[in-house]
Amino acid sequence: MSTPATQSAPRAVRSPQAGYRGTKVRRQRVRAAWLFLLPMLVALALVAGWPLLRTFYFSFTDASLSDTASAAFIGVENYLVYDDGAWYGLLTDPVWWNSVWNTLYFSVVSVSLEVVFGIIVALLLNAEFKGRMLVRAAVLIPWAIPTIVSAKMWAWMLNDQFGIINHLLMAIGIIDSPIAWTASATYSMWAVIMVDVWKTIPFVALLVLAALQMLPKDCYEAAEVDGIHPVRVFFKVTLPLITPALLVAVIFRLLDALRVFDVIYVLTSNSTSTMTMSIYARQQLVEFQDVGYGSAASTLLFLIIALAVVIYLYLGRRQLGVDQ
Amino acid sequence: MNQYQLIKLAKRVGFYALIAVVMVYAIFPFYYAVITSLKPSSELFRVDFWLSTVDFGNYVQIFTQKSFVRAILNSIIVSLSVVFIALLLGITASYALGRVRFRGRATVMLVILGVSMFPQVAVLSGLFEVIRGLGLYNNPAGLILSYTIFTLPFTVWVLTTFMKQLPMELEEAAIMDGATPWVTITKVFLPLMWPAMATTGLLAFIAAWNEFLFALTFTLTDDQRTVPVAIALISGGSQHELPWGPIMAASVTVTVPLVILVMIFQKRIVSGLTAGAVKG
Repeated sequence: MSTPATQSAPRAVRSPQAGYRGTKVRRQRVRAAWLFLLPMLVALALVAGWPLLRTFYFSFTDASLSDTASAAFIGVENYLVYDDGAWYGLLTDPVWWNSVWNTLYFSVVSVSLEVVFGIIVALLLNAEFKGRMLVRAAVLIPWAIPTIVSAKMWAWMLNDQFGIINHLLMAIGIIDSPIAWTASATYSMWAVIMVDVWKTIPFVALLVLAALQMLPKDCYEAAEVDGIHPVRVFFKVTLPLITPALLVAVIFRLLDALRVFDVIYVLTSNSTSTMTMSIYARQQLVEFQDVGYGSAASTLLFLIIALAVVIYLYLGRRQLGVDQ
Repeated sequence: MNQYQLIKLAKRVGFYALIAVVMVYAIFPFYYAVITSLKPSSELFRVDFWLSTVDFGNYVQIFTQKSFVRAILNSIIVSLSVVFIALLLGITASYALGRVRFRGRATVMLVILGVSMFPQVAVLSGLFEVIRGLGLYNNPAGLILSYTIFTLPFTVWVLTTFMKQLPMELEEAAIMDGATPWVTITKVFLPLMWPAMATTGLLAFIAAWNEFLFALTFTLTDDQRTVPVAIALISGGSQHELPWGPIMAASVTVTVPLVILVMIFQKRIVSGLTAGAVKG
């Protein structure tokens, strides 16, 4: 039997209900519960469950976008096929593997940077100072800005001829000639990471801040009395205590990063040097109209993310508390 | 003694310098978009850190464009409908999940959590078929339907967390008085859930307002698009001649309401985000 998820609400676990277990009231409540869940379950089945199954199915067909109904079953040919002395299919496509690599690179680098800067910002906001609320509000701004808008704003600042970033870097003397941030193969991935990091530091910082504010004060007082250096206190006391919250933030961000689409689509379009799995799949599905092949890519993306989720659920069962 | 004071002073200066850096980093890109949008087109390509003249030409240009005004209307309609549907389905579902113990509850919670982690691309082809099958392709209604995939799980999850925290006595009194579950929800819980609903509603609104992938894929013509797609597709003569002035004006226009909302409801948003993630 399950118990409610939060530690903060132990009251809801209590057993008065056990008093009328099996009674008419209890049966009425359970029936009502399913009745209330029904609309939500139907909605989720319609927009999530069924489409996902159809995507799996399409990945084994030669469906095209204009006509999905007459798709013919072709087995695993979208994934891998041996034809005329050579292997073809998604698993042999270097562009696909390049986009898998890009996605992993983007995810690991941007989430790492977000966590480091998020912790720094959270520590700053956790300190007592005048105007703290104002700073917290300012820090939230990047989070509130739509991804498309932040991508466009940065595209303008990173513009090779008229952008302020090249202007500043040249004024300081770091670079001699303008850099084509979003067009060059070397810099475009960094441009994308820079925008993503800017946009999502607030999210990580807020989660870490919430964890910091729940820490017991007495450890810190004890450390101060013993004259332990603050950096040591951070690594020995603070970091272990906020690790659970940090793990949650990391997994949320990682799942978001693995399916990243909009920021990259707007900044660098379909350029291969920044192409991620989502961009690749959508390009096959919509632009090349190849629903079968695109669905195969979507399916692999889904499996990769599902694997991440399973690992997360396994590691974080206690945190979640749903499957006690 | 003197040295001690000096170190203390240096630390304070360093601290405030760091705060200043964080502030500038967070605000500057938006600030720069605002001043770009208020420049006359003749000055656009000169880098300035503040405005010498204020010119609303870019705003006039985007608001005289029918398709942009239409896109704003579409975005408002879609986002509000999504919030309404998510809250309606969410409040009843969260009552069931938060207040009633029944077999299969844990499974339902896991399904909801799983759906919230779906990559949107994974359902793109299946959902495209569903939307076309229902005749909702190139129609904001199709977007309203498809957005429930990410707003609904989140709403249910957070509302369930809030619902669990309400005292049991309230409900017991209602049961004693012979109230049906529906009456219990509407008369007992709904009045207490307003703060939680405001928070989740706000977050759902922001998510729907910002969504891009579905909006890009499931609409075709200018008058059916939402704002993010409209902005992303503003183009000039060639790829290298984007009309940056109007793009920035449009960007600022759709962002200002959000920034104001976030400033006003800062506390609520923070509590909603942390309830969804830390407690979830």
